[in-house]
Amino acid sequence: MRTEVKAEIPADAARDITHVSATHDSATRNLEIECLRYHPDTDAQPRFQTYTVPFRDDMSVLQGLQYIKDHLDGSLSFRWSCRMAICGSCGQMINGVPQLACHAFLRDYFPGKLRVEPLQHFPIIRDLVIDQTDFLNKLESVKPWLIPKDPQPLSAGAQRQTPQQMDAYYAYSQCINCQLCYAACPQYGLDSSFIGPAALALLHRYNADSRDQGWAARADIANAEDGVWGCTLVGYCTEVCPKGVDPAHAINQNKVNSTLDYVGLGRLLMPKGSAE
Amino acid sequence: MTGWWRKNPWFVRYMVREGSALFLAAYALMLLAGLACLVHGEAAFNAWRAALATPWSVGLHLAAVVIVAYHSITWFQVMPKTAPRLPFDPRRITWAGWAATIAVSVMVVALVAWAR
Repeated sequence: MRTEVKAEIPADAARDITHVSATHDSATRNLEIECLRYHPDTDAQPRFQTYTVPFRDDMSVLQGLQYIKDHLDGSLSFRWSCRMAICGSCGQMINGVPQLACHAFLRDYFPGKLRVEPLQHFPIIRDLVIDQTDFLNKLESVKPWLIPKDPQPLSAGAQRQTPQQMDAYYAYSQCINCQLCYAACPQYGLDSSFIGPAALALLHRYNADSRDQGWAARADIANAEDGVWGCTLVGYCTEVCPKGVDPAHAINQNKVNSTLDYVGLGRLLMPKGSAE
Repeated sequence: MTGWWRKNPWFVRYMVREGSALFLAAYALMLLAGLACLVHGEAAFNAWRAALATPWSVGLHLAAVVIVAYHSITWFQVMPKTAPRLPFDPRRITWAGWAATIAVSVMVVALVAWAR
């Protein structure tokens, strides 16, 4: 005979949002979220607006912003998509630290005040939405695609790569273009002509790939004053990166390569040859 | 960007690290002054040595030791970031840096003590 075991679920659990964890206090807690507001048509300057948001322990800052938009102020504008730290859309300054809004939790800011601002060092289009044009141009300028020495025909089949060859570039391929590193970088903030952490990390990702022989094609960018030499190893970019890309390492190991290039040894020492 | 470095502890530590270069430069100039005094004869050199023994000078030297030590600590911490992909743990570079520093420091102190 089969004994049926039923879990004890409160009769009103489906409607009551506070029944989430056994240790959670049944009273709903509120957090003050202060958002930067700016509308180019009506505001001369950005201003701040504070909202009181009821929250559960499992809510991210993004969910807090979504609560504001859904229930309190539909005009608040912000980018978001995946809710799981893979699309790179929801980057914000959260209490002065560049983070993905979906990757930061409201419970960690309670009972203090939470201030949400758009990513530093970028022009503001509206509210929490920034103009990404500069970054996108820089990304394109580093030629973020494989440049082989001799293009292979399809009939040659799949290219092969050992695990060690993949290790050489794998971490740098994890970049989700969220631009938190640009918000973190004071050199970019002081002079936006610096190519920047993510673009240079991706430049390195391709140069380090065994299938790519494009160092020469990217050298003008890498070797420029605004290329790897614009970095003074503050290292905050690596600290804020949500995917462990380590742009500081990508940039600074290329100072060696750039120097070798400068003295004319770089391309001689290249084991894979050059696609020039 | 005004006061950008004051807003985040990470940037404060970065600016202290970079600021240590000023103390290092001042020390180098002081040593150069000593060399110039040496060239000018015993009286000048003794005057330089006497100036070094004043409380102000000792105080500045102590501050310089502390801040340059901080520079060394942070230098060894970031050294792995300047190296290409290594077949070993990057922290070995940091430890090797410290080992070399301690070894050389011990040798220099021993040499000075022996020469006295």
